[in-house]
Amino acid sequence: MFRYTKLTLLREIGLWALALIFLAPFYFLVTTALKPDSEMYTTSPLAPPKSPDFSNFVAVLTATGNSNVVMGLVNSAIITAGSIVGLIALGSITGYVISRNTRRWSKGAYYLFLIAIILPGQLGAVPLYMGARAMGLTGSAWGLIILYTGMLLPLSIFLYANFFRGLGTDYEEAATIDGASKSQIFSKVVFPMMAPATGTVTIFAGLIVWNDFFTSLIFLGGSANQTLPVAMYYYIGSLVSKWNSIFAIVIVSMIPILALFLFAQKRFIQGFSGGLKG
Amino acid sequence: MTATMQPKSEAAEAPRRGKRTPGADQKTRPRGRGPQFGHWWWALPGIALVIAIHYVATGIGGFFAFTNWTGIGSFKIVGWQNFEAIFKDPTKLGALLNTLFLAFGSVFLGSVGGLIIALGLNRVLKTRYILRTLFFMPVVLSPLATAYIWKYIFDFDGPINVFLTSIGAGDLAKPWLADPQWAIWTVLVVLVWSSTGFAMVIFMAGLAGVPVEVEEAAAIDGANLWQRFRNVTLPAIRPAIAIATTLGIVQGLRVFDPIMALTGGGPAGATETLATQVYKQAFALGNFGGGAALALVLAVIILFFAVLQQRLTRSNPED
Repeated sequence: MFRYTKLTLLREIGLWALALIFLAPFYFLVTTALKPDSEMYTTSPLAPPKSPDFSNFVAVLTATGNSNVVMGLVNSAIITAGSIVGLIALGSITGYVISRNTRRWSKGAYYLFLIAIILPGQLGAVPLYMGARAMGLTGSAWGLIILYTGMLLPLSIFLYANFFRGLGTDYEEAATIDGASKSQIFSKVVFPMMAPATGTVTIFAGLIVWNDFFTSLIFLGGSANQTLPVAMYYYIGSLVSKWNSIFAIVIVSMIPILALFLFAQKRFIQGFSGGLKG
Repeated sequence: MTATMQPKSEAAEAPRRGKRTPGADQKTRPRGRGPQFGHWWWALPGIALVIAIHYVATGIGGFFAFTNWTGIGSFKIVGWQNFEAIFKDPTKLGALLNTLFLAFGSVFLGSVGGLIIALGLNRVLKTRYILRTLFFMPVVLSPLATAYIWKYIFDFDGPINVFLTSIGAGDLAKPWLADPQWAIWTVLVVLVWSSTGFAMVIFMAGLAGVPVEVEEAAAIDGANLWQRFRNVTLPAIRPAIAIATTLGIVQGLRVFDPIMALTGGGPAGATETLATQVYKQAFALGNFGGGAALALVLAVIILFFAVLQQRLTRSNPED
């Protein structure tokens, strides 16, 4: 019935044209970043660079102080990895228990997490900042890892809990009969089975933490430890319309995430579409 | 997290009235008195952390909304004074309207765009997976990076104005982001650009669950393209619409990063949103009480729309 016809070919061409327009910003991004200063103000923004070079990238990567991009990259990587580990550890076990327990409190706990997903962070931001400062958690990678873990935990638990609900209890019953303890069942039987949910949590949390600006702006404010978005924000603030340099740092900041996306795009997209359906 | 969407037929056969009866929306869950796996106290660290970071912090924030605290020293409880100030201050009222405009505008345009692309990519296309990847690309970029790219594009000497001049429409060229009338539309374009791919993916997943036989049967019965879409496809992707719009609105109401990078709330407050105002009041101006009050208004609006959305899409109104 639905076969590939001339009309389909037309649709395909049309969508490619749309995609090219849609992705035009990337063209400006790359061509501008490759323009040396001498070309930046003399050539049309639509034109590709005549003599492309990487001087802007070198300048960006060697900048020091508040705009130390390399340090931002390292900090962001540490904080993202740490938060993901925390979210997998706490999210899997909590999601497991609340979905496998049928007592009344587990239902309540499920809604507790569900509501926390939509509570806007801004309202809690000020008290959280005060609390974190009192405990000495501001300005350090550890503080941010704990904060991000707490902030994204509801989402992580929600994804895990929904995963378990779609999963039968046969394996766990079999393991019980074989004499495994509750913690053995979890670590040896259940945890390996939920790799798809773990993948989804990793992608969601990794993306949110890596890209987040607001939280690190507040909680690392003024300290020498900056994440990439904050370092980028300060660096660009000091540049004043030197678009070729600005775009060099933008490209540096997006390469890790874009590379990861292109490498694992199928998983990425499945995570987004499947993870949220519940 | 099953691979397919909740079939729509289920909802049609057993209409629920918005109420969540326990167990009604679960696929498989252990029977009432079955074996309990895992110790219940394993959930405690997670519950404690979420209560502390989400509920206690939000509760304290809500309390400060009724005080005149500046962030240091003592404070006084001032009742509804902060809220009265919000509704008397044109900047904050404007921020409220801007927030609603951006949230609904980006959700509407992003969903319609995403749905059109998803429908275009549905089935038979040979390069649908490459195209899907391309359209999804903006979603993974940080809002900050996205904002800087678009800031250049809308710059006075930027590509858009140069392009307009080159096709002889030079008098349309303007400093988009510095023009109080146009700045908010510019922000809207950026938000739509970065959210369309997300909606597309949700819709593609929804469309994959529409049984091809039903569509074929409708086509054989002589239903035209629009009728098939209206009567077969649209009802089947209702859950996908619910998810895409709910997440989009919650996301849109919180919008902060792109505004800070694009306009900083300017020109003259034309693109100020509740989130940027909360940040400025609480962290830049030291008006913690006022900032908390604004955040509380934002929280109430978000909860209102999230609940409303759930109600509307769950009760399954047959129009």
